[in-house]
Order: sequence, then structure tokens, then C-alpha cells
Amino acid sequence: MHIINMKENRIVLSHGSGGKLMHNLIENIFLKSFKNDILDKLYDSGIIEFKDFDICFTTDSYTVDPIFFKGGDIGKLSICGTVNDLAVTGAIPLYLSSSFIIEEGFEIKNLEKIVKSMHAISKKAKVKIVTGDTKVVEKGKVDKIFINTSGIGIRDKRIKLGIERIKEGDVVIINGGIAEHGLAVLISRDTFKIDADIKSDCAPLSGLILEILKETDKIKFMRDPTRGGISATLNEIVKNRDFGIIIYEEKIPVKKEVLSICEILGFDSLNIANEGKVIVICDRKEADIVLKKMRKNIYGKKAEIIGEIVKKPEGKVLIETVTGSLRVLDMPVGEQFPRIC
Amino acid sequence: MKYIDEYREPEIQKEIIKEIQKYGNLINRKINIMEVCGTHTMTIGRYGIRKLMPENINLISGPGCPVCVTPESYIDIAIELLKMEDVIITTFGDMMKVPGSFSSLEKEKANYAKTYVVYSPLDALKIAEDNRDKKIIFLSVGFETTTPLIAQTIKIARDRKIKNFYILAGNKLIPPAMEFLLKEKDARIDGFICPGHVSVIIGRESYTSISKKYNIPCVISGFEPFDILLSIYFILKSIKDEKNEVINEYKRIVKEKGNTKAKEIIYEIFEVVDAEWRGIGIIENSGLRLKENFFDFDAEKNFSIEIKSSNRKTACLCGEILKGRKKPFECPLFEKICTPESPFGPCMVSSEGTCNAYYKYERK
Repeated sequence: MHIINMKENRIVLSHGSGGKLMHNLIENIFLKSFKNDILDKLYDSGIIEFKDFDICFTTDSYTVDPIFFKGGDIGKLSICGTVNDLAVTGAIPLYLSSSFIIEEGFEIKNLEKIVKSMHAISKKAKVKIVTGDTKVVEKGKVDKIFINTSGIGIRDKRIKLGIERIKEGDVVIINGGIAEHGLAVLISRDTFKIDADIKSDCAPLSGLILEILKETDKIKFMRDPTRGGISATLNEIVKNRDFGIIIYEEKIPVKKEVLSICEILGFDSLNIANEGKVIVICDRKEADIVLKKMRKNIYGKKAEIIGEIVKKPEGKVLIETVTGSLRVLDMPVGEQFPRIC
Repeated sequence: MKYIDEYREPEIQKEIIKEIQKYGNLINRKINIMEVCGTHTMTIGRYGIRKLMPENINLISGPGCPVCVTPESYIDIAIELLKMEDVIITTFGDMMKVPGSFSSLEKEKANYAKTYVVYSPLDALKIAEDNRDKKIIFLSVGFETTTPLIAQTIKIARDRKIKNFYILAGNKLIPPAMEFLLKEKDARIDGFICPGHVSVIIGRESYTSISKKYNIPCVISGFEPFDILLSIYFILKSIKDEKNEVINEYKRIVKEKGNTKAKEIIYEIFEVVDAEWRGIGIIENSGLRLKENFFDFDAEKNFSIEIKSSNRKTACLCGEILKGRKKPFECPLFEKICTPESPFGPCMVSSEGTCNAYYKYERK
């Protein structure tokens, strides 16, 4: 039998999609060389432990196209994304860096708009931008503007979050409607010529997260479901673990408009990026307290319990669909839309 | 926008499922129901409908995904065209990964950065208008749903006197493929779920001759889980009552005669020919090519292409799967060598391909 080797030897867009290929890349290229006790955990921030507190450190680059979209812009996104990566590891975000790669010919008035937006949202998130860098490259060598931000935060020693704390019976909570960021960016492009009232959910979640962490110590783990949507995040949580997750389609908050656009374009809302959402795994007994607290926060009004941790099947996410049938919810494959964040 | 929740009302669905169970028991023999539409394949997978069926009701996926039935030779030709000077290939995204005999467009993209993904043939035409010094070739695949728009694009190109726009015609027709499968010696299809979008164009009447000739129930279905369940129920009831006919479950969109205007424009531009379906072979009168008046837009007529014939023999079961004879799990390559990230056969490539749907939704 002659089998053609279909393995890719170049980077394809799917390598950056948050799905399977990206995870392969991380494992086979980055971890292979960078391997160390902090990075290996693959948490949203690297956690550096000190005697009295932990320092959480994270970085992210933003290449979103278009740079201005309904509900946000590349600047706002670059602050929220990094703040959220710190917050979900339980840290209080404090200081950020911002680094710009700008295409020759970019309008200064747009740069100003982006920077003002970064300033406004960082005030809201209570973080300071304390260092930065600017590079300008020849026209065509980068598309308009790319931004990198890094951030550090400190974490109370008493906060213990980790996938290893998750137990059968724990519940899965989300703070509101899914798929809004990805769709908002998509329809802000000219490609589909669809006009719909969908805004990006892009928001700093550090306030909401600190509030629920204060409320209970029974929060086991948190992650923000960005690229790859909640499918990717839930699959990351169960990967190589001795538990699984069941979620209930009926319980997942999603706006009607979002569902309609997904139907028209053939997308699955579960796979679409969020930028103001957090998945919280929490002890069932404390779930109501967490839910109540979340719903009081402006970014958590539509919070819901969407699923639970189960013993079997291990390492898998199942979804009970509206027909009552149970099926596997897999890690999304391939790149549906590049440059969403 | 509304009209989604209404079709996902759990209580109504439970009632239909009960009826399906009842008829499954009453019929009490193995029933194979085939859908010939990729979007139906997806609905069945996404909502776990297969698992809701009684044991004797088997849902099988036919050749309903236009990407999956595109033969290797078509991709080989596209790649040869891509290598030519000043040629730009425009295509629907799913075609990029389809393996030809030796390579795929996606792989060749790294060598010849001249392939553009478009969402509509009109976008391809726009590229032609904006780049008059280049030759723009649109990979024209699709069933009756897509073809009218391509035909319209050709008309526009002619009216605007755009001389640098061509299509590589690979368009196909669904009813001849359905009939082909029924004609096979050991055919074992007891009912068809007919494609919703295709039927919008060709109308309910297009299936009556097949239904009569082969005494088989055909139900035109919408795309909500509710639609599929109801269509299955109609098929089972028809079998039980021995009253096989064409039922239009998707009445809210599909008309008796379909979209006559769209049909007219298809046959103004195209004519029917025999066509090769991947994994299946040549099916009589199942394809379309440009009529003589429009040869100026025909890539095959305007570029001289020679392709090496290949008789690549592999363990890939896509052909058998497209005929509904095998399930993806029975293929030795499924999940092992052939995955959505690196598809081996065409049914894994398209997001609406049978193997892709099984990989995504039905793995244990």
C-alpha cells in the first residue's frame, strides 16, 4: 500500500488557530526547546513562585483584522486579552508593556485612536502601561499595525487554581453569551456583507474574577475561551485527565442574533472566539454563590451553569444537544477565520 | 431574526422520535435511509440524530458534498493551470485541501502564491476586472444550488466583455447520482432524504420519476434537526403504508417546480454531459460544461493542459463511503492517517464531508 506523506513542512494558518495543529506546534516545537517547570504547565500566565506571593507573567500579540470593529479595536483587545490571561490564573493584573509594529504609511490619527482606547480600558482594568516599544516596517511588510502586550500581576498565596483540583461533580460556569467577539470581527470585514447588531464582548474580567475568588475558595480552575471558542477551552481542560465534561446545549447562553448569523454562515458558535468570557470550574455546592456574584457584575449578567465534570468518558467533552442526544464535542480543527485577535 | 428556536423545540422533537421508534418496530427489517446533502450530514452529526434511531434504521450519507466528489484529475488540471504564467486560481476554500493525484492546491500555494479563496464567483470576476493583465480561473464546482450563480457570473463577464476570466467546469447534478446508486446491482437504499438547497432550484417534481421508477420514498428536507427527524418519519411511514412518493417537508422554501429562472440560466450557459464522480466513476448525464457560445470562458478550451494519468491505489474507502456502502469507521485510514488536519481522502477534506462529520461528531 502506497501512502503519500501528507505532513506539512511549512506553517499554515491553522497552526495559529488555537486548535489541534497549534497544540501540536506548541508541544513539538516550542516546549521541546523551552521546556521548564513553569512553562510546562501551559497555563494562561507563567506562575513564578516567591515566598510571600506569586508573580504571574503573560504575553500576547494582536493582529486582528480589521483593527476597528463593532465593540472594540486592536488596542482595547490588546489590553483586555492580557489582563484576562492574568486574571484567570488568579492574579491581580498590575503592569503592562505595549509594543507596536506599525506599517509605513499608517495614519497617525488612527494610532492615536488606538492608544486612547488602550488608555481608557487600562484605567478601567486598573493596570498601568509601564514600558513599550515602537517599530516601523516598510509598507506591505506588516498589515497596518500589530500590537504585543505583556503583563504581570501578583497572586495571593492562598489562591490555589489548577486543573488537578477538578473533581467529578464540579460544575462548569460561563459568565455570558458566547461567540460574540469572533462574529463581530468577521462581520466588520467586507467579506460577507452582513449587517447585524453583534458587538465584540471584549472586556477586562479582572474585577469579576477577583470578586468571585473573594467569595469562595472552591473555584478550581478558570480559563478564557478565546480562539477555538468554548470547544477548545473545554477540551484543553480534559486533555489527558481522568475526568470528562458534559455540557448542555440548551443551557449555553448565546444571543439569537449570534445563532442566526452562525446558521447563515455555517459556523458553530461553540468554536468561535470570545474576548470577555471566562469558563469557571467550581464545586457544585458553591455554584449558586458564584453565579449570584457573577450576575451582579456588568460582565456577568447572563452567567449560567452550562455543564458538569463527569467520571466517564475520561479526557472527552460531550454535549447533550437539543434533540436530547449525546455526542462528542471535539477540539475544533483548522482555521475558520484567521486574525480574529 | 427568528425562526430557529421554533425548530429546536425539544418537546416536539421527542414526540417525533417516539413516532420514529414506533414505525421502526412496525417495519421490523433493516432500513437504509440515505441523505445526499452535506448540510444534512452535518445536522445529523451535530445533533446526534443517528444515535436516536431504532436499531434497524440506518442513516447513510451519499455523495452530497460537491468537494468530496471532485475527481483527482480535476485537481491535477487545476494545479497544472496554476503553474502557468499569469494565471491566478480562484476557488471556494474547501477545494484548497482536496488531494489530487500528486498534490493539493494548498501545498502548491507555497510554491505558486497565486491562489485566492473567494466566497462567490462574482468575487473572482472582480479580481479579473481589477487585474486585466492576469488570467483568472475560477474552479467551478457545486451542485444545482451553486451553478445558477456561476452561470450568472459568466453572463456578466460576457456582457462586460471581460476577456481574462475563465472557469474550470466541474459542476454536477444530484438526481442522476441518486439514480445511479439505485441502479447498482446490490443497491440497498430504502429511502432518500433529498437535499434542501438543491431542491430550492430543481423543485419537488425533479424526484418524481426516480421515486416512481424505483418505488422509493423521497423526502425533501430542511436543515434543522426537527426537519431531519420529520423527514425520517415520513420515509418510514411511506414504507410502512407502502405508498412511496415524493414528499416536500421543506415546503416553507421548496416549490413544486423550483426556481424556474435559476434553471433557465443554468441551461442557457451549460449543457449536460457525463461526468466523473470521485470514488464512484463516470455517471451518465450528471455533469455540466459550458455551451459552445461560451467556450471563451472555458479554461479547458483556452489552455492546453496535459496531465499524467494516475492510477493511485490506496486503502481509502471514500468511494464506498460516498455510495453509502461503508461507514467511515470501516476505513483503515480513518482517524489514523486521515484526519481533518491532514486529510487523505476527499470525504475528510470538506467540513461537510461524511468522514469529516463522523470525525467531528461520531467518534467514540
